[in-house]
Amino acid sequence: MFSNYIFYFLSALALYSGVMMLLSKKPIHSVLYLTLTFFAIGGQYILLNAQFLAIVHIIVYAGAIMVLFLFTVMLLNLNKDDRSPKPIWVKAAAIIAGVMLGMVLIGVFRGYDLHLVQHPMESQIGLVKELGKVLYRDYMLPFEVSSILFLTAMVGAVLLGKKEQI
Amino acid sequence: MGTLLLYKTILASAILVMSLVVAMYSTLIERKVAGFFQDRLGPNRAGPWGMFQPLADGIKLFFKEEFMPNTADKFLYILGPSLTMLIACLTSAVIPWGPDIIINGQPFSLQMADVNIGILYIFAIVSIGVYGIMIGGWASNNKYALLGAIRASSQMISYELAMSLSIIAIVMMTGSLSMRDIVEQQQGFNWNIWYQPLAFLIFLICAFAETNRSPFDLPECETELVGGYHTEYSSMKLGFYLFSEYINMFISGAVMATLFFGGYHFPFIDRLGLSPNAFAFVSFLVLFAKITFFGFIFMWVRWTLPRFRYDQLMRLGWKALIPLAILNVLITGVVILLNK
Repeated sequence: MFSNYIFYFLSALALYSGVMMLLSKKPIHSVLYLTLTFFAIGGQYILLNAQFLAIVHIIVYAGAIMVLFLFTVMLLNLNKDDRSPKPIWVKAAAIIAGVMLGMVLIGVFRGYDLHLVQHPMESQIGLVKELGKVLYRDYMLPFEVSSILFLTAMVGAVLLGKKEQI
Repeated sequence: MGTLLLYKTILASAILVMSLVVAMYSTLIERKVAGFFQDRLGPNRAGPWGMFQPLADGIKLFFKEEFMPNTADKFLYILGPSLTMLIACLTSAVIPWGPDIIINGQPFSLQMADVNIGILYIFAIVSIGVYGIMIGGWASNNKYALLGAIRASSQMISYELAMSLSIIAIVMMTGSLSMRDIVEQQQGFNWNIWYQPLAFLIFLICAFAETNRSPFDLPECETELVGGYHTEYSSMKLGFYLFSEYINMFISGAVMATLFFGGYHFPFIDRLGLSPNAFAFVSFLVLFAKITFFGFIFMWVRWTLPRFRYDQLMRLGWKALIPLAILNVLITGVVILLNK
């Protein structure tokens, strides 16, 4: 199947750019690799016929968040290779945290029946109509509450950004 | 399946070639229009009426010396203009260029991809359009280029919001995110512009800002920033940046025609009694005429209005256009509710 090859390609791309994001020396390269990861994941959504999710993923992550990241990195000119050796306890803490997260993930996915999705193109759940129905019918209250959360965050950001006294 | 693939390949190539040729000749038309507005002739040496001027310009750009700053980030320096060009060409995929054509009794769509999220696709492309400029400006390792890139990105982020909000009113009216549905609801003279003039105005202003055209051409403001984000670029890499601006103009004209001016629809065109293929061709010409009209507006404004100051630009974007767009969405919602 052709879409299988696309799946493997996108997965490899996502893994590669994810790892490169960590290994790059320049912050700008890290940001761009992370953007590439988001695009690869967006491609996976399209393979599952979740077009709405894919495009919103691209708009929100690649189009808004990563652009702001890039913007900040450029504005602060974080171009210096800041790799001062970290203290030993930081490294130990990082290793322990990483291993624990890995164990949790393994534990979760062990009991999970991982298999290829059969006929992904017949699934309609990722299309905007179905998603809208679910959001506005079954999860109306959480959806509206989260919008208030966003509004609060926005007002907070404006308040913090204001220089003069209010 | 094989025929469809072949057809789509041909269509994609045709659309790509069309965008490139239109962009190429837009440069000539721009200079001719500029000449007209400034009461001079414009280029008229290469061929009749300067017809070969774009070719001469292209050859010049290709053969110019390739210059790369010593301190530039080599890969990103090349990636910048390439990405700009790529993203500029992407939007044309969801634009319906005409009604279906019939080949061997089978209907074929003149739209590359009739995805049911066409409008969101355009939002996405607009929102990632800033990468090419930012990467190029940063990789040049030049103060002016960096300033130009930062200006460009903050301008594009600001105007993107108002642009998306203005289209939301159209989506609410149509009840669909598919470009084809939106066009099909504007049969004859039933264009969206009559219902949504404010949304169109906001969209038009934002389109100027998104394509970095005057009066919003602060990213390449030559009196302050030498050449803005493409200060360090030469030869065809510079050509790509300049060229993508014209492709963006063409595509945003197409989007405006599709969303607000009925796309390929025109009154009484279906009464001419044409065969399906001739009908598709005439419809395409109608769309093209609309796009040309918008191209002319882009040029008209450029050679008429002076540039904004940066704080004026930000004030207009955040304090005028976004509240107006939200108001427009609100009014549209109320009207839809009352008409139910």
